[in-house]
Amino acid sequence: QQEGLDDGPDFLSEEDRGVSFFFPFLISVLFCLCPPTVDDLCFFFCVFFQSTLPNFKQNEFSVVRQHEEFIWLHDSFVENEEYAGYIIPPAPPKPDFDASREKLQKLGEGEGSMTKEEFTKMKQELEAEYLAIFKKTVAMHEVFLCRVAAHPVLRKDLNFHVFLEYNQDLSVRGKNKKEKLEDFFKNVVKSADGVLVAGVKDVDDFFEHEKTFLLEYHNRVKDASAKSDRMIRSHKSAADDINRIASTLYTLGTQDSTDLCKFFLKVSELFEKTRKIEARVAADEDLKLADLLKYYLRESQAAKDLLYRRGRALADYENANKALDKARAKNKDVLQAETTQQVCCQKFEKISESAKQELIDFKTRRVAAFRKNLVELAELELKHAKGNLQLLQSCLGVLKGDT
Amino acid sequence: MSCMKRLCHETRSHDRLRRTLAVCLRLSRRLLLKMSEERDAAALSGSAQTEGEEDLFVSAMESPEAARLSAEDISPSSNGPKAEPMLLDDDPDDLFAEATEEVSLDSPERQPILSDGPSPVITPVTPVMISSRADVFDRSPDQDEDEEENRDTFDIQISVSDPEKVGDGMNAYMVYKVLTKTSLSIFSRDEVCVKRRFSDFLGLHSKLASKYMHMGYIVPPAPEKSIVGMTKVKVGKEDLSSVEFVEKRRSALERYLLRTVKHPALLKDPDVLQFLESSELPRAVSTQALSGAGILRMVNKAADAVNKMTIKMNESDAWFEEKQQQFENLDVQLRKLHASVESLVCHRKELSVNTASFAKSAAMLGNSEDHTALSRALSQLAEVEEKIDQLHQDQACADFYLISELLGDYVRLITAVKGVFDQRMKTWAKCQDAQVMLQRKREAEAKLQHANKPDKLQQAKDEIREWEGKVQQGERDFEQISKNIRREVGRFEKDRVKDFRVVIIKYLESLVHTQQQMIKYWEAFLPEAKAIA
Repeated sequence: QQEGLDDGPDFLSEEDRGVSFFFPFLISVLFCLCPPTVDDLCFFFCVFFQSTLPNFKQNEFSVVRQHEEFIWLHDSFVENEEYAGYIIPPAPPKPDFDASREKLQKLGEGEGSMTKEEFTKMKQELEAEYLAIFKKTVAMHEVFLCRVAAHPVLRKDLNFHVFLEYNQDLSVRGKNKKEKLEDFFKNVVKSADGVLVAGVKDVDDFFEHEKTFLLEYHNRVKDASAKSDRMIRSHKSAADDINRIASTLYTLGTQDSTDLCKFFLKVSELFEKTRKIEARVAADEDLKLADLLKYYLRESQAAKDLLYRRGRALADYENANKALDKARAKNKDVLQAETTQQVCCQKFEKISESAKQELIDFKTRRVAAFRKNLVELAELELKHAKGNLQLLQSCLGVLKGDT
Repeated sequence: MSCMKRLCHETRSHDRLRRTLAVCLRLSRRLLLKMSEERDAAALSGSAQTEGEEDLFVSAMESPEAARLSAEDISPSSNGPKAEPMLLDDDPDDLFAEATEEVSLDSPERQPILSDGPSPVITPVTPVMISSRADVFDRSPDQDEDEEENRDTFDIQISVSDPEKVGDGMNAYMVYKVLTKTSLSIFSRDEVCVKRRFSDFLGLHSKLASKYMHMGYIVPPAPEKSIVGMTKVKVGKEDLSSVEFVEKRRSALERYLLRTVKHPALLKDPDVLQFLESSELPRAVSTQALSGAGILRMVNKAADAVNKMTIKMNESDAWFEEKQQQFENLDVQLRKLHASVESLVCHRKELSVNTASFAKSAAMLGNSEDHTALSRALSQLAEVEEKIDQLHQDQACADFYLISELLGDYVRLITAVKGVFDQRMKTWAKCQDAQVMLQRKREAEAKLQHANKPDKLQQAKDEIREWEGKVQQGERDFEQISKNIRREVGRFEKDRVKDFRVVIIKYLESLVHTQQQMIKYWEAFLPEAKAIA
């Protein structure tokens, strides 16, 4: 079995995962497989949930949810004004099997040109890859729910409870074209606004620093994430090549009439093993490095969104102030202006307060997650390199001894 | 009767096709010879005297015997032109004549002489027929080679280095320094250094091929021409790809020379010695694609391909059949392996580039990270990845220069080996042709005896004697080439085993080194990662 992959993404500290007894939730997402040949993939997630809190009707139960329902839950948080001051845990990414499906197609087409052993081997590889992607998708969805459960305010959300308890279909349809278009425009407006808001220098040093930091950090994480993906893909391609080399060496070994036959067979065996290790290295790098970066790409975006909301609230507050001054000057609708101004002020202060805490927590979480993953990455790389070295040296010993 | 005639036509069509082609070739050769004699006579280097007038055939892999045959073509009493009326002969009797021409290799006249190659399937039998005629094939190289094989030390070192560009524009070319260090007595000095260009190497190979391939010697193939690569160099692009191209070529030329001198017969060849020692070498124009010789090469290649299809040899010696099959399989697998290794080299280079780019990105990320310890750790990660990218780059080089080039060389070598087997087939076909001719002459004589024309009868008897001699020669040639091939294949296989063993061990050692370095780098990084607080 694949070792490193059973760990799943570890972007959260131990506390956040709801494993510790501080949090009364334990959520696991199990998974029902959907045949990958179906074009319109609809994965069903089995959410298994335990709680000791009195709010819930039962102590443990499970529901079946689709990816769209997770998105619905996330969006409901985003759209809720009450949560404007919190970093909304980023939505889990849509399950993406395009790359694997392409490979499966290519394999099917190329079936005639390779030997039976090669074909079976490649099919097994592909199946393992599919399995790895499934596991990752499951883990992403689990992480999302755990983050929500770990948040002191969000975990009390009604929609969240409905999501966990209501054992019927939530009748949440995916956004239709019109809604998607609306979203698109909202994003465009947001980024334009974002630029405006970002341009105004904040009085508060903390937020000013966070703003500059997050803008730059987000871009660099994006770049690092893309580059790490490419690096890992090359690694996988190289491992595939070694696989083919091992097969051809094996055939050579069985055909050769000279002393080389034993030689070839031994080297073929060696490459089979080192290839597996190389594939494992690529998979571990993917998990500990690439996934980490991808996750913090989404988190930093969520943090930026928070800053944006605060910025909007600030702008609203400043506008309300101006309106109040105008009203006082004209002595018209003063009371209304005053109420508006007060509401805006409260909203802004509330957001600022919780935003500060959220951003501090974000940093703590980030540092902890990076530390954990970088340490594990280094340990795994060392483990694999040592394994590789041992295989190579023992094979060399045998081959040199033969001569 | 008419359908028997048709059947007769069809069964003869194979042989007829071959013979028609042979005639066409002879005519075209004569034409080209006349054309190029005027142009190239001065430029051609001096080879053995037998080939003096047929220098154009240098690349045509013609044996001295065939040269003799061609010489007869030009002489007035040749049977070349006379052969034509025979071909068009529609005598129904010929059908039965054809039937008796199937001389299998098992006939008592030819007992293959056992060589010291790998044990063949047939049992050894002492030769019944030993020719008294001193033949080019039966020279002392046999004895010398046995001595060579017993010698352990191979006392010659050759290096090809210092590529220099001479001239500019499209006439520019690279010149390489060839340094030979040896204590062998056939060389005039201990250490010789000469300057050679690529076409000189090709010229050497084509001379060696023409002299030795028809005898069944495996002549190492020269590195391939590359119009694209050379054009870049000529145009003066000093970029990485043209530097790599020159290095690849230099390395290939060095390997080519080393393989050539490893062959005991080739080492002593005067052309090889001249190549390694003499400071001036006449330019080998016949290597150019569009020269008269180049066109002749193409014509010959086409003829060979047709011959291969039409010659159906009765193989009685299972050793040859088995070996040919083995080499066929080996060829397929080596090509496949070569392709996979080339793909690996490509992906590793890609990995190196992507790792370097990731390293830069990680460094940037570390810069913008505001937590100091994490920032430092990320910078360290960037450094580790940068070192690793260099490792990948070096490993890709090793992949290439050790394994990929070796495989490429062997794929070409096996083509040469297959060529040698084809030569044997050609020799057999020639022998068969001679026997057919002899049979015809005998029939002609028999007819003349009835017709009572005493002067023509004498001529017929002379011709019979002549063809009897040719048949004997053909059989001897065939035995000799078979013997040579067995020995050559044995030597080739020994070399192959050694080469692959050495290279693979070196390659595994390079992999070991890479892993050791990886361990060093990650071990240095781990405490940094743990230090994040």
